[in-house]
Amino acid sequence: MAMKLKDVSREEHLSLGNLACAGCPEMLGFRHTLKVLGKNTIVINATGCLAVVMQMGVPKVPHFHVLFENAPAVISGIDDALKAMGKREDMNLLVVAGDGGTADIGLSSLSGAIERNQDFIYLCYDNESYMNTGGQRSGTTSFGARTSTTPIGSVTKGEDRPPELKKDMVEIVAAHHIPYAASASIGYPLDLMEKVQKAAAVRGPSYIHCHSPCPTGWGIDTRDIVKVAKLAVTTGCIVLYEMVDGVRKVTKKVSKRKPIGEYLKYQSRFKHVIGDEEAIAEIQRGVDENFEAMMAKMSA
Amino acid sequence: MTTEFWNGNMAAAQAVKRARVQLIAAYPITPQTHTVEYLSQFVNDGELDARMVKVESEHSALSACAGAAAVGARSFTASCSQGIQLMSEVMYFTSGMRFPVVMAIANRTLSVPVNIWPDHQDTLVNRDSCWLQIYAVSVQEVYDLMLMAYPIAEDPEVNLPLLISYDGFILSHASEPVVTITQEEADQFIQPPGQTDRAILDPENPLQFGEVLFPEWYPDYEYKKHRALADSLTVIDRTFRKFKEQFGREYHVVETEGTGDAEVVIIGIGSMMQTARYAASEMRKRGEKVGVANLRTFRPFPEEELVKAVGHAKTVLVLDRDIGYGTSGMVYQDVTRTFYHQEQRPELLNFIIGLGGKDITPKTIERCLELGKPGFTGQSVFWPDARGPKEGIPYSEGLTA
Repeated sequence: MAMKLKDVSREEHLSLGNLACAGCPEMLGFRHTLKVLGKNTIVINATGCLAVVMQMGVPKVPHFHVLFENAPAVISGIDDALKAMGKREDMNLLVVAGDGGTADIGLSSLSGAIERNQDFIYLCYDNESYMNTGGQRSGTTSFGARTSTTPIGSVTKGEDRPPELKKDMVEIVAAHHIPYAASASIGYPLDLMEKVQKAAAVRGPSYIHCHSPCPTGWGIDTRDIVKVAKLAVTTGCIVLYEMVDGVRKVTKKVSKRKPIGEYLKYQSRFKHVIGDEEAIAEIQRGVDENFEAMMAKMSA
Repeated sequence: MTTEFWNGNMAAAQAVKRARVQLIAAYPITPQTHTVEYLSQFVNDGELDARMVKVESEHSALSACAGAAAVGARSFTASCSQGIQLMSEVMYFTSGMRFPVVMAIANRTLSVPVNIWPDHQDTLVNRDSCWLQIYAVSVQEVYDLMLMAYPIAEDPEVNLPLLISYDGFILSHASEPVVTITQEEADQFIQPPGQTDRAILDPENPLQFGEVLFPEWYPDYEYKKHRALADSLTVIDRTFRKFKEQFGREYHVVETEGTGDAEVVIIGIGSMMQTARYAASEMRKRGEKVGVANLRTFRPFPEEELVKAVGHAKTVLVLDRDIGYGTSGMVYQDVTRTFYHQEQRPELLNFIIGLGGKDITPKTIERCLELGKPGFTGQSVFWPDARGPKEGIPYSEGLTA
């Protein structure tokens, strides 16, 4: 049953105003997530953009900014301690973390918490680099992207590891036989909220990987943020799907993919490839291969 | 009251059971491992109503304990050596959050060279993480101190994490008779778990934890932490006295033997202090006035009590089973700071002994006394266990047993 706009709660769990960069869609995703989870929620926030902007964008639910890599371990302790004290009930335990905190430094902690079947929802905001510290590349940075540690040089231009090696977090958690995992995008809020709803209904771990373009780090005009987020999906860069008990299903079908150049041209992190047909073709090849490989895994 | 024959790890686990701990994080590392194994058995036998979190690293072990504390539960983990180094970041996090987590440490040295035997390097390098550090000399003490750990750590005046240290193998694996207490007695002594006035994560009363503090207020926060640690001496003393009233066994932050008229006082921490007591009593028989002051707590550091214990002694020998590379032992640094402003300042000499499990025998202590006899002659740090120039033993002399 697809979620409709009229189903979305009007209750807000974030106070007005926050410290995020102008146009940051991460706050949008967090706001939508909390609308679904409601006030009976504890949020554990790994270090990252959201943890920093939360300093004054106060959530109306308990919020704990922990360390960079230990949020899943902290929430394991909370989950088990509440069970030990007979207080677990139907409370939602939510981890929010960035791609660096998830795919890189926090990976073993996340892996352990899923493997132990802890009852929590993990929401990763993927802006494809360490934006909070000034935009260094991470394990999810896209091929060819300029970051502050993959600068445009005279020899090497941008992220140069082969595109297929970019960490695929949904598939990494899928290998843990997680009951529910999904990819999402801030460009498709109803799809995201529906996934949060499903994740919350799971007894045990659930994982949502939410693509979240960064106006500051990617060099996008703030008015184009949602457009760029949607283009990531319509070009096939990101596939929106969910995996329930091992069965993968696309939630946003893209029948005719747009050329990758449409997505790249709004982002200054790809400025060096604009007009360079050969470089764009190489990125396109990576996207095509990845898209086909993803589609081959889908059950429907 | 019955007497059991337990090793240090069992004594720690049995005390944790008596404290009705609600969450235990388990990760193996020699020589601590048995502690969490015993606890796993208690839980699986239904003897202890706790949740075991079998984490994937020590970093996560302490993080899980911190999470439990964040919702008001009583939590415990055990570790040592590389394990504490990996969780070091979380140790600072735990004390900064003022979570009264308790940890048992079966002291072991740090790699490399690879070595699984005891010294105090692992806990002492984390001396500034704002944890209370209490050291046991015997297995009975491991048990008793673990029983006192939660009353001290959870005291509203303290609210800081606490670790009980006992030397790996020497105490963790060697069995000794231990006088035990019943659950009923424990319940009278230790407050029930999960009941706290601390701020906790609760959707009914949403609070933000772990947030930024700007320079304007940062020093105030740090000062409060520092004071809470320093002032915990009062709470420790109160708890020791209460323990004595209820169970008869006596503890002090500095424990002295023969210091009253001593000309030389030996200071140190851990199981070697029992050897020091024996060596000192032997020296006494030969007419030498040697006393021993065992530092029960290294953090908080009991300055006043230490000055009193040393009294009018001419020489203080500080035994360090650790090394602050490039300088001296780490206990020595605090001892020298303590005495610097005293009107009567004894000569202070430092002996680096027992590193990486090198046996500390009465002969080792006698050797330290012998080396310290001339007082300060330009050298304050001695390495009686090591061959080498300067502070070491000449290659020609060989090593003492």
